[in-house]
Amino acid sequence: MAKRELEPLLWLLFSAGGVLSALLMPSLIVLFGVAIPLQWVHHTPYTRLLAVLHNPLTRVALFALCMLSLFHWAHRFRYTLYDGLQIKHLNELINTFCYGGAIAGSLAAGYWLSRL
Amino acid sequence: MIDPLRPHAVYHDYHPRWLRRRVSTYWWLERWPYVKFILREISSVFVAWFVLYLILLLRAMNRNAVAYQEFLDWSTRPWVLLLNVISAFFIVFHSITWLNLAPKAMVVHAPGGRRVPPTVIALSNYAALVVASVLVAWLLLGG
Repeated sequence: MAKRELEPLLWLLFSAGGVLSALLMPSLIVLFGVAIPLQWVHHTPYTRLLAVLHNPLTRVALFALCMLSLFHWAHRFRYTLYDGLQIKHLNELINTFCYGGAIAGSLAAGYWLSRL
Repeated sequence: MIDPLRPHAVYHDYHPRWLRRRVSTYWWLERWPYVKFILREISSVFVAWFVLYLILLLRAMNRNAVAYQEFLDWSTRPWVLLLNVISAFFIVFHSITWLNLAPKAMVVHAPGGRRVPPTVIALSNYAALVVASVLVAWLLLGG
């Protein structure tokens, strides 16, 4: 079955996303989610942020971060619903929501990154 | 009714009930390690939220400086800020538990065949976290 063959790939995406998000997200969320809104630091000027985003390396790194983190979430969340809440009868719906969401988010990230 | 092929087989009208205790939906509230396990799993939801937040930022950056400023204003709204503060805690929790677990999942052998001690792997992971964080801060704030 196709599903069985997909499983190792999904695990791979899960752990790759786990590593990338563990390394890059703490600083990014503390900065953009907390420190800048609370004005602990000056926000990055538009032109500077644009220059950083124009670097191909940043774009590749950000796309990998977004895509892999979303697949990390999809896989982990799916199993949380299985084991934690014992929702096994909604398998199809949960899989569609998780992996569909991950694919949609990856496409959105890729779209906005490529148009910069 | 006797099956001619298996004359000694015994049949029951009903399937015997197995002794199987029902597990409560909230089984994970019983002990701290279980709660920690679920919190670790839930951290992925905040990871996903932050990706969405980054996508919104990228969308604003695609438009113009005004849209970027609007995004920054939106990020100071109480509910967005609260969600981001909670997400920051969960993401740091995810980062620490993930990097702590890595040496257990990954056994590295040095060229001589000796196993690299788990603490060395954990420390190098934390070093990578520090380097990545400094790089992000330097790109966005430094100079």
